[in-house]
Amino acid sequence: MGFFDKLKETLGFDKLKEGLTKTRSAFTDKIEQIITGYRKIDEELLEEIEEAMIQADIGVHTTTRIIGEVRKTVKKEQIESPQALYEVLAQKVADMLGHEIKPLNRAAEGPTVILVVGVNGVGKTTTIGKLAFHMKQAGDKVLLAAGDTFRAAAIDQLEIWGERVGAEVIKQAEGSDPAAVVFDAVQAAKARRADVLIIDTAGRLHNKTNLMEELRKITRVISREIGGAPHEVLLVLDATTGQNAIAQAKIFQEVAGVTGVALTKLDGTAKGGVVVAISAELAMPVKIIGVGEGMNDLRLFAPEDFASALFNRDKE
Amino acid sequence: MIFEGLADKLQQTFRKLRGRGRLTEADVVEAMREVRMALLEADVNYKVVKDFVARVKERAIGQDVLESLTPAQHVVKIVNEELTALMGGTQSRIAVANNPPTVIMLVGLQGAGKTTTAGKLANLLLQQNRRPLLAAADVYRPAAIKQLQVLGEKLDIPVYSDEESKNPVRISQEAVHTAIMKGRDVVIVDTAGRLHINEELMAELQNIKQSIRPHEILLVVDAMTGQDAVTVAEHFDGQLGVDGIILTKLDGDARGGAALSIKAVTGKPIKFAGMGEKLDALEPFHPDRLASRILGMGDVLSLIEKAEQSLDLEKAQDMEKKMLRAEFTFEEFLEQLRQVRKLGPLDQLLGMLPGMGNLKKMPGMEVNDKEMKRVEAIILSMTKKERRNPQLIDGSRRRRIAKGSGTQVQDVNRLLKQFVEVKKMMKQLQSMQKSGKKGKFKLPFMR
Ligand SMILES: Nc1nc2c(ncn2[C@@H]2O[C@H](COP(=O)(O)OP(=O)(O)OP(=O)(O)O)[C@@H](O)[C@H]2O)c(=O)[nH]1
Ligand SMILES: [Mg+2]
Repeated sequence: MGFFDKLKETLGFDKLKEGLTKTRSAFTDKIEQIITGYRKIDEELLEEIEEAMIQADIGVHTTTRIIGEVRKTVKKEQIESPQALYEVLAQKVADMLGHEIKPLNRAAEGPTVILVVGVNGVGKTTTIGKLAFHMKQAGDKVLLAAGDTFRAAAIDQLEIWGERVGAEVIKQAEGSDPAAVVFDAVQAAKARRADVLIIDTAGRLHNKTNLMEELRKITRVISREIGGAPHEVLLVLDATTGQNAIAQAKIFQEVAGVTGVALTKLDGTAKGGVVVAISAELAMPVKIIGVGEGMNDLRLFAPEDFASALFNRDKE
Repeated sequence: MIFEGLADKLQQTFRKLRGRGRLTEADVVEAMREVRMALLEADVNYKVVKDFVARVKERAIGQDVLESLTPAQHVVKIVNEELTALMGGTQSRIAVANNPPTVIMLVGLQGAGKTTTAGKLANLLLQQNRRPLLAAADVYRPAAIKQLQVLGEKLDIPVYSDEESKNPVRISQEAVHTAIMKGRDVVIVDTAGRLHINEELMAELQNIKQSIRPHEILLVVDAMTGQDAVTVAEHFDGQLGVDGIILTKLDGDARGGAALSIKAVTGKPIKFAGMGEKLDALEPFHPDRLASRILGMGDVLSLIEKAEQSLDLEKAQDMEKKMLRAEFTFEEFLEQLRQVRKLGPLDQLLGMLPGMGNLKKMPGMEVNDKEMKRVEAIILSMTKKERRNPQLIDGSRRRRIAKGSGTQVQDVNRLLKQFVEVKKMMKQLQSMQKSGKKGKFKLPFMR
């Protein structure tokens, strides 16, 4: 069984919907509220939908684009009922997100290296804990690397996760060179025939040139030691983040070659709509989502579900 | 997609009108669309934007604006004024208890930066000759207690913690008792991050509040927060009664519309801003600066202030004259370089300049302190004559300079080339000043 199938099995698709229902209901209620208040599709209705989308952090730019497409479709297909707007909206959003579920990349042979990056406090270390848990469950031998040597007690935090899920942590002292830790970890992953190596990194704001250089160096070390690695560079984005996430995605992509997004904290009231813009503009797929602080609170990102959940009518 | 800043956009909007004389109401409506866009792109809450735009429109339609010769600036000025008014005045004070200890409680979402902020706040108070104690009441996040302990150690101040206990209420109480016994006059309670909709955990905060009666409850908010900021703040304020806000990660490039929205909706003052990961990176909050940051006008005020502090004004003015007369040589350049370096890390500095925030993000435009040092070394290896008259620098001189500065001949070549470009730029700048256009240019310490 492939890695993705295993992950799919452990995570389960229904769970995704389940996780989303909680977060979506506020928005869905809102759309429903809006739409049931109208008997025909008019400017006022579109404006209200636009408002709801902007409030979901989709951003003016992308919202305007989506509404424009919706307008076109409504005209072309002569859609009259406000109820039918759900379908159209969900379809347009899904178009932007890409319709398929994108699995995490996997090395053809040897250890799969996953590098986890992002700004401060988004949920990198927690996401690593959850991922490690699921991969262990699926039968993988998982190794963790404590690449955040900067933040106070960051290493301890990862070690606690390591203990929780039963994964070994490769580390050095606080303040040591993260590239050196990563080098050690890659050697260990090869020597111990680990299936997966997940690397934690210090939170860094994307506008700090020196810290981004450090990250570049880390990726260089990895690819020098294992050809084709890192196989997955996961950018962790906090769903509460607004339009700044776009700048984050752009620069992390440029520096570290991001291959996928992990969208965290979707268990709150924030909608994480900014990923629609990110997927559309940067062709950067969202791969997993975080829906809580426990090790089970990780789901695969299913674009269609995400989109239809955004505009879903039937409440569970 | 790159957000250029409202000032630029308005300029474009109004440029179309040139020659038509004065603005009509329709023009103002058009301008307000730009204002609305700018605010939304900056993450100002949708509802706040609505009210705000209505207010600005009302003012902007007034006679004086319509007849103004520079309508764009005028509108920007109104927007800026209204924003600043909405942000309120500076209020970076902490309520002091009549009977010490003063108890401060930090609350907020996960990952907002509470623990780091607790350390920074302690440091700030330490510098004001207070004697803080930190309380580790985050019993949930792995190693949160350890994190606070490490910060306490660095600052050499006591941290109350109890690794055995899973009861944040008890821990907070004990921390206050310990402070009294040890004669510490401030207690800073670091609580676990939580979602505002988590009833159980919100009730826990209420219990802590009831048992230790904090003098200040400060909500810690990430400057990058989007539209949801208002909901979060309303929940925390509604359930706890928040006294003020601390805005974190403002050293990033988020425009910080969340802060404005929170202030507008809750009326609670923003007291401090976190400007970096180090423990001394907590600053009093300047509402006016955030206003121009939201507008994408750069933190001009901060820059001016910084410049005043560290620049030699006479020299600077003299330099400006020389530059504009294009009498610019490596001598002046070296001087300029040193002045700029006195201002602090370059990338931070550039972020403060209008229009430069984006420049920084463009590939190949990174400003680099190391590069600046190299440039300085090269110039220092030139003779005085060469500095004044760069044309003299031929092949053999280049090799000598490279050797003397520990660089490559290519580096020297590049600098010489860029220097010519800068001189050209100076000329352009002069003509641009006349025509009011803006151009892209590259300083020799940009890659
Ligand atoms: N509610 C919720 N909280 C989360 C989620 N993911 C992470 N968190 C919490 O967010 C906080 C920050 O998470 P970390 O994993 O430490 O974030 P980080 O990116 O590693 O942080 P730094 O290393 O400090 O930059 C912790 O309190 C986590 O428990 C999520 O999906 N939902
Ligand atoms: Mg971390």
